[in-house]
Amino acid sequence: MDLSFESTTLDIPAIRRDFPILERETAPGVQLVYLDNAATSQKPVQVIESMDFYYRQMNANIHRGIHCLAEEATVAYEDARKKIASFIGAESWRQIVFTRNTTESLNLLAYSWGRANLKAGDRILLTEMEHHSNIVPWQMLASEVGVTLDFVTLTDQGKLDQESYATLLEREPKLVSFTQMSNMLGTITPVAEMTEQAHRAGAVVIIDAAQSVPHMPVDVQELGVDFMVFSAHKMLGPTGIGILYGRKELLQEMPPFLGGGDMIKRVQLGGFTMNDLPYKFEAGTPAIAEGIGFGEAVDYLANLGMEAVHQYEQALTAYALERLEEVPGIQVYGPEAEDKGGVLSFIYDDIHTHDVAHILDSFGIAIRAGHHCAQPAHQHFDIDATSRASFYIYNVKEEVDQLIEGLYKVKEIFG
Amino acid sequence: MDDFYRELIIDRYKNPQMRGELDPHDYSYEDDNPLCGDEIRIDLRVDDDSRITEAAFTGKGCAISLASADLLVESIVGKTLDEIKTLSKDDIIEMLGIELGPVRLKCALLSLKVLKAGVYGLDELEEELMI
Ligand SMILES: Cc1ncc(COP(=O)(O)O)c(C=O)c1O
Repeated sequence: MDLSFESTTLDIPAIRRDFPILERETAPGVQLVYLDNAATSQKPVQVIESMDFYYRQMNANIHRGIHCLAEEATVAYEDARKKIASFIGAESWRQIVFTRNTTESLNLLAYSWGRANLKAGDRILLTEMEHHSNIVPWQMLASEVGVTLDFVTLTDQGKLDQESYATLLEREPKLVSFTQMSNMLGTITPVAEMTEQAHRAGAVVIIDAAQSVPHMPVDVQELGVDFMVFSAHKMLGPTGIGILYGRKELLQEMPPFLGGGDMIKRVQLGGFTMNDLPYKFEAGTPAIAEGIGFGEAVDYLANLGMEAVHQYEQALTAYALERLEEVPGIQVYGPEAEDKGGVLSFIYDDIHTHDVAHILDSFGIAIRAGHHCAQPAHQHFDIDATSRASFYIYNVKEEVDQLIEGLYKVKEIFG
Repeated sequence: MDDFYRELIIDRYKNPQMRGELDPHDYSYEDDNPLCGDEIRIDLRVDDDSRITEAAFTGKGCAISLASADLLVESIVGKTLDEIKTLSKDDIIEMLGIELGPVRLKCALLSLKVLKAGVYGLDELEEELMI
């Protein structure tokens, strides 16, 4: 990977102009520097306007209507599904289930696939770097069904310990579920290799792609995964909509999640016939405007090209790591720039992360403070919390410089 | 930015006046803010009239939570337990002298929560102190 800014093919100033929020001030004369992208990204005008257009011109319920508006809305919503399918290399749009977010997708899997396929004594293999949303649904299942959870440990560098992985696979888990990019350490995990190993051990594989699909090329067929989950709001899209991708055979065998309208073909008092994929998992009126906005976000990213997005963000990350290392008292967690996405979690001497984030905020710099819903990963390194700066395509070198300056000011106040 | 972190807060954070433990004590209570892991413990000694004669705190946390603990604990010496009951969010904000968003407010109120829960029990806590 080429880590220089010069080789980017992206027109960053043009990209920045697409994001109106970047112009705002957080206090008089203090311009926003948004470095909390791992939590949620900002939205380009194209996405905002597509949703506005839906409400002004198309608003109707989808799938059932005969009238003009209902038809247009249905087409726009279903087009979005097709764009998303092609964005991640799925064979068919029928493998793309709309949910509320990554968390709901994982809960759907635990509820539906988990209850149908796991029994007492079975094992699930997770990792210590998972987001709480890829831990808690399985803990709930564990206490209900009596399955046992194992966790792949981390290396000092914050990568998955592949020896630990191989050893735990020998316990023959039925399910392996892990993240493609850690939201604390930024670590990009070797999904293709690990999936192949898991399949050889007889396990089904779920990939939490909440941090990876927004920032790098991801192809579900190349990776060979069984399920993949992610959220629109971390990839320029709106909140309230996410994706569950699954292999067709697996989705077909799974019992439904929520019951109601849209997920049925017909209903009689004595029972119901289930709808086809993906509607079987989509009970009730969905987030229509959000679906349309999500389609627009995927168009935006596809136009830039995910290779280019990844290259630029790695250049930014490499630069930020270098600059952070200059600051006395900063310790960054996670691997080198080559092996990570644009997520930098650090501690700053013994200054509390709230204080770091609060002082930076007074300069308009938005970072995250806390455990970032990844407490086990923090526990691994024996820390409570970190400060986290995370990047996206509209961030620039100068903003990294402002972050560094801000950090020196924090030191002046607390030094 | 000095508006955000008044000198008083930084000073109390770096040089707390009321840090310590009381052994023996009449009241002692400890709690944390699960959002950020901050922990505060407050120890009290009271006389026969339920008046606080000595108070001290220990804990870990950010500047806001520790400075507010230090200021709160200092302010309650000489007060009766009944008077503690009337302390509110506004008293804490006034002591700190800064405006706080909802997240930082939780940091600031942790010590008041610990104090009131220690004296009157968790069940008696007002809604605004349910952190
Ligand atoms: C790796 C990872 N998984 C899952 C999630 C949960 O995403 P959501 O809150 O959109 O369900 C996040 C978001 O914070 C994440 O970073």
